Parts: sequence; structure tokens; C-alpha cells
Amino acid sequence: MAMSIIWAGMVAISFCFGLATGRLNEVANAALEGASGAVELCFSMAGVMCLWSGVMEIMDRSGITAKLAALFRPLLRWLLPEASRDSETLSAVSACVAANLLGLGSAATPLGIRAACRMARNCNGVASDDLCTLVVLNTASIQLIPATIASVRAAAGAQSPFDILPAVWVSSLLSVGAGIAAARFLSRLTAPSVRLQRKSHTRRFRAWI
Amino acid sequence: MDLSALVIPLLLAGTALYGLWRKVDIYHALAAGAENGLTVLVRILPTLVCLLTAVSMLRASGALEWLTGLCSPVLNILGIPPETMPLMLIRPVSGSGALAVGSELIERFGPDSYLGRVVAVMLGSSETTFYTVAVYFGAAGIRRIRHTIPAALTADFMGFFASALAVRLFFGGI
Repeated sequence: MAMSIIWAGMVAISFCFGLATGRLNEVANAALEGASGAVELCFSMAGVMCLWSGVMEIMDRSGITAKLAALFRPLLRWLLPEASRDSETLSAVSACVAANLLGLGSAATPLGIRAACRMARNCNGVASDDLCTLVVLNTASIQLIPATIASVRAAAGAQSPFDILPAVWVSSLLSVGAGIAAARFLSRLTAPSVRLQRKSHTRRFRAWI
Repeated sequence: MDLSALVIPLLLAGTALYGLWRKVDIYHALAAGAENGLTVLVRILPTLVCLLTAVSMLRASGALEWLTGLCSPVLNILGIPPETMPLMLIRPVSGSGALAVGSELIERFGPDSYLGRVVAVMLGSSETTFYTVAVYFGAAGIRRIRHTIPAALTADFMGFFASALAVRLFFGGI
């Protein structure tokens, strides 16, 4: 629904602006050009996209994803102290981060969701600190090889489509770092719900006794 | 010779040899992955058509220029090129929308220009925040998401700021 509003807004604003600036002719042409441009873009992206998806698939099947996941365990144990006590959550999260790093978005999401579901048990619909951190981690992309963007650049005729890699890594790292720092800082401000959560734990414990 | 000229062939050959060593049927994996890539493209094509239509209409009507001009004083102070404003607005909301806006900007300014690179790095270092939040909390049955949105938007904003900074760092200024 959100996208419907955004699309309607964009088209309506274009119409109003076009009317006001007397550029309705250009707007009309642009609509048709944009539509055919999208198809052209997809065609010219296709080669690089397919090649890199293939390379990612080899990496995944030859166990590089699993190796990366093992590499991330200590870091994730520090980032998600509560959740990583559960070993199944920890392995799902680290596999999710590894898949994200390799750009295997469709593989990463189910893993992340599995971890999130495990972390959401016993919390009465209130997100725990660690669950918030996990989601923030996933909203800030960390990708070793951003294949889609490289294929857009290749389609536009870049000299070497992958020369942005170091810049992407630096800015991803800064972005993730800022997200985690913000999550840590803000979690104190939203702390009352944590207390509520603890209460529910005691209640459960009592019921269990 | 620049570094990325070395990285691509090395990565291709390295992955192939490593896969062979691990006894993976790499040729089939490559083909299967390529098919996946094509599936992704087919899936985004319809939304890309819708959104590129709207974006180029916005561009032609002069609305984008107006928006850019409106935001440029603040963005200039932060060192973020104002031309990227439309991308920053749509990035957290829609992935294919961001791809549409981003590819239009890259096409317009040239992929090897300062602006083209900043746009590419912004696209590469951020995610569709609201979509991700909705998917994860929806699946986990969470109603109170606490500080997730502000923290995630902080990450996005830092990513945009850092993109402009990193491109200046690695490629020199404008």
C-alpha cells in the first residue's frame, strides 16, 4: 500500500509540476522513455548479474559461506550476548550474516527470520535488545561484492564497474557501526519494556515452579 | 594497472579452482546461479518499469530539480551531493525504486563521475530498511519494535554520508 501512495504521489506531482512549468510535453515523453528505459536497463544488466550470481553459487556450494559464518561467531557473540547463548540462534545468525556478505539475499532472509523467531520466544511481542540489533544489522547491508550495482554501472558503460568496492566496504562498515552504536545507545532509552520483559520471565518461572 | 582489473579475474579463477578442489560441480553451480540471477531480474523488471516511468516523469517536470535545490544548503554542509536527494528519500522504502532512481542518476551523470560513483556506493552500502523491519518483525510476531527504526535510519544516514566521504577518499574530489 505504501508503494501505491508513493507511485501515485510521484505521478501526480509530475503532472502538477509539468502543468505549472509548461513542460507537460516533456513529461509525456519521459513517461514513455522511462518505461522502455527500464527494459533496456534490465537487458544490459543481465550478463553481469547472471555471471556474479553464478560465482556466488559456487562459493556457497564449496563451503565458503560456512567458513565465513564460523569466522563471524565470536563477533556476533559479542554483539548479541543474550541471544547467542542459544547455539541454534547463533548458528542461524552467523549463516545469515555470511550469506548477506556474499550477496545471497534470498538465502540470508530465511536464516535471519529463523533466528528472529527463536529470539522472539517468551517476549510477549516486545523486541529484545538483541533482536533489535539483529534487525538493524540486516537493514544496514554489508556486501563484499555488490553485483547488482556493478551491473548497473557496467550497463552505463563504466570503465571498471567494480572499482567502487573499497568505497562500498568503508561506507558499509561505517553505516553498520553507526547502526549498532545507535541501537546500543537507544536501547537504554526504551528500557522500560525490558523491565516488563524480565517481569514476564519471573512470572513464567514462578508458574513453572 | 588498477587493482580491480586484478580482482575480477583472480576472484573468478580462485573460486573455480577452490570449488574444484572441494569437489563441487562448479559448472552446474555457475549455471544454476546464473539462472537465479535471471530470475531476480525478471522479478524486478515490472517494478522497474513502473518506477522508472514515474522517476523520469518527475525529472522532466522539474520537480526533482526543485527538491534538490530545496535540500542543497543542508546537504552541502555535510558534503553530500544534493543531486542524490531523491535516492536517499526512496532508498529505505523501496529497493527497486532505489535501483530505478540510482540507475537514472548513474546514467545521467556517467558511471565514472564523482556523482555517479557516490550514487553507486550509496546503493551498495544500504538496504531497504522498512521492508526488512516489516519482514523480520512480522515473521517473529513482534508488536513493539522499540528503538529499531531510529537506529536503522541512523545507519542509513551514516551510510549516505560515508558514501560521499569514501568516494572523495578513494577517487579524489569532484
